[in-house]
Amino acid sequence: MTRSTFVYVTYIRTTPEKLWTALTDAEFMKQYWFGMHGESEWTAGSPWSLVSSEGQIFDAGAIVESDPPRRLVIRWQHQNKPELKAEGDSLCTMEMEASGPAVKLSITHTIERSPSKLIEAVSGGWPKVISNLKSLLETGTTALQEPYPAESAHAVNE
Amino acid sequence: MAEPIDDTDLLFKALADPSRRKLLDLLHAEDGRTLNDLCEHLDMSRQGVTQHLDLLEAAHLVATVRSGREKLHYLNPVPLQAIYERWIAKFEKPRLKALSKLKRRLEQTDD
Repeated sequence: MTRSTFVYVTYIRTTPEKLWTALTDAEFMKQYWFGMHGESEWTAGSPWSLVSSEGQIFDAGAIVESDPPRRLVIRWQHQNKPELKAEGDSLCTMEMEASGPAVKLSITHTIERSPSKLIEAVSGGWPKVISNLKSLLETGTTALQEPYPAESAHAVNE
Repeated sequence: MAEPIDDTDLLFKALADPSRRKLLDLLHAEDGRTLNDLCEHLDMSRQGVTQHLDLLEAAHLVATVRSGREKLHYLNPVPLQAIYERWIAKFEKPRLKALSKLKRRLEQTDD
C-alpha cells in the first residue's frame, strides 16, 4: 500500500514534561500555534480536535496512544476543506526523547495514500509551528506572530 | 570539555556542498528514500553518499526512520525555517515596508 509521510525533528532545550505540557495545554498551544489549540482529555480513546481562535474545528479525531511525557499518537482528519476531508484519517505521532540538555521532538504524519493533499498542506504548516514552539520554550517569545500561514491547511481564507 | 559545535555552524556547513544540496532536493522531490535509491541519482561511491547523509543528519536536515531492514531518509525542513527567521525575515521586513510605501505614493498620483 502506498502512503505519504513526513518526519519533522527538532531539538528543544527543555524537559520532556514541559514539552508535553506545551503540546497539550490549550492556553500554551495558542501562543505558538497561531491562535489554534487542541481540545482533548489526552488519554487513549478520548476525542481530539484542533480548534481555531474563532472556535472553528479544523481537524478532528481521537487519541490513539498516550504515554506522557514520551509518546502521543493522534488519529487526525481534516474538517474544513472538502478535498482534504475526503482523504480520510491520517496518523500523527509525536515522540519526545531526552537528548543531553535538550529534548528531541519527532513528529511523523502519515496517511495511507499517495499523493496526499493533506500531507502536502500540513507539511507546510508544521515547520512554522515547531519553530515557534522551540523559540517559545527556549526564549519565552515566539519568532512569528503573523496570522496562520496562508498556504497551510488551516488558513481561514475560503 | 570541548566547546560544542554550534547548530548553526553545522547547518551552514551541511548546506555548503552541492552534493548535499542535491540530496536535499532529491528528498524534497520524493521523501522517505533508501540509501540505494539516493545512490542511483549521484555519481559517487556508496560510502561517499553515506558520509554526506551523516553530515546532513548531524545538522538535523535529514531525519531517518527504520522500516524493517531499511533506513528511510526524510527531509527535515525545521532548521531551514529557523535560518529563514534568523537571517532572512528580518531583512525582508524593512524592504517590504519600503515597497508598500512606494506603492502607496505611486498610487496617489493626484496630489
